[in-house]
Amino acid sequence: MPLQTFLLVLRRDLKVAFRRISEWSHPLLFFIAVSALFPLALSPERLAMTPGESELFGLQSLGIGVIWMGALLASLMGLDRLFLNDIEDGSLEQLMLGPAPLLSVVYGKLAAHWLVSALPLVILVPLVGLSYRLTPGATAMLALSLLIATPVLTVLVAIGAALTVNLRGATAIIGLLVLPLVSPALIFGARATVLALDAESAAGPLYFNASLAIVAVSLGPVAIAAALRAALE
Amino acid sequence: MKLPVWFHRFGSPPWVYGFAGACVPWLLICGVLAIAIGAYWGLAIAPTDAVQGEVYRIIYIHPQTAYIGMMAYTLMGIAAGIGFIWRIKLAHAVAVGAAPIGATFTFGALITGAIWGRPTWGTYWEWGDPRIMFELLLLFLFLGYLALRAAFDDRDKADRVSAILAVVGVVNVPIIHFSVDWWNSLHQTATVMQLDDPAMDPEMLVPFLIMVGGFTLLFYGLLFRRLQAGIVERESGARWLRELVEGAAS
Repeated sequence: MPLQTFLLVLRRDLKVAFRRISEWSHPLLFFIAVSALFPLALSPERLAMTPGESELFGLQSLGIGVIWMGALLASLMGLDRLFLNDIEDGSLEQLMLGPAPLLSVVYGKLAAHWLVSALPLVILVPLVGLSYRLTPGATAMLALSLLIATPVLTVLVAIGAALTVNLRGATAIIGLLVLPLVSPALIFGARATVLALDAESAAGPLYFNASLAIVAVSLGPVAIAAALRAALE
Repeated sequence: MKLPVWFHRFGSPPWVYGFAGACVPWLLICGVLAIAIGAYWGLAIAPTDAVQGEVYRIIYIHPQTAYIGMMAYTLMGIAAGIGFIWRIKLAHAVAVGAAPIGATFTFGALITGAIWGRPTWGTYWEWGDPRIMFELLLLFLFLGYLALRAAFDDRDKADRVSAILAVVGVVNVPIIHFSVDWWNSLHQTATVMQLDDPAMDPEMLVPFLIMVGGFTLLFYGLLFRRLQAGIVERESGARWLRELVEGAAS
């Protein structure tokens, strides 16, 4: 029963997402726009003028920071609709009344959200990475570390969304709630990319992020389900 | 299993109101007294540090503020968790009471750290220092909790929802602390002096510990006072409260 519910919710959410293209394409476009506008905020001659280092050093270091922050901000975009649509049309309440545990519903929604919002980001990231002149190794590591870190982001962002379902237009609050919590994933993910750029082994931070992902995926949905129950009771 | 009576009493608002009210003056008087003694001892009597000179005297206020901030966050998370699981209103009142005090002390730790950093590191703010980053993130966690509470009109809902955030935050704090430490250990080249020198001279250690005790007493004095205010807010209209007010007025 839980597995069926999981698959059912997953299939339904994917179907809904594909019919509403703007919902998952806007964060992606936002991500590209952020990473494209960031160099404009810095004068080009300063980027090239990092003393004692190669000309690329400044651009590459900036790129890693920009891509990670851009991915974080993009994952915060549109998440206020994550549970709100289902609450507004009453379907979430129906699912909670049903015999299947709420946890399997939450897992289904999270999996769909990850497939729709995080996976395209992971696929898109190498393109942006190459534009910041990252080495192929660093670009591949960027995509890999983002692939490992995005479950953490999805779960924490969903916790923020579940806590604020009662508050209309609470996107600013979600940012304040979620950003301090995701700092470990950001630290390890960016570190793995930097290590790969220096052609060193990035196994350490990757393992850390993988363990964070396991903790987040196993414990986070419990908090999400509790928050949804508290919001709807 | 039968629980003893004194344990049950902690769930009763009138009893806790009276208990907290009886404790507050003692906690505050003893706390302020300890801080006065510790400050005089630390600033005037304790010897000058061989390495840092007079600047080291920040250890009589800075670690204490940082410790109170972390303790307040832990207490907030535990109290909120108890309130959430067993639906105890008083536990939520404790969590709500601890949050603004903890945020203030965490902010104080950042300020005193900056004042110490200027003569020691040559800068008020060093992005590379893990302790600064941790305190800043802790401050954001406090502010997020307070912002989430403030966004709700319904107090019961605010209690339950913010409790989940507090519990998630408490689970995360050690992870954040560890990851920020790790992040810095790879970035940092110059070794920063350790504040918590294990072999502290007794002449310095005694006033240091007096200040720790004084800050703790001060924190609990403030917390109990806020707890009383929270109880009055939550119990407004209750008979025992009306009788208390009428008794005080007549």
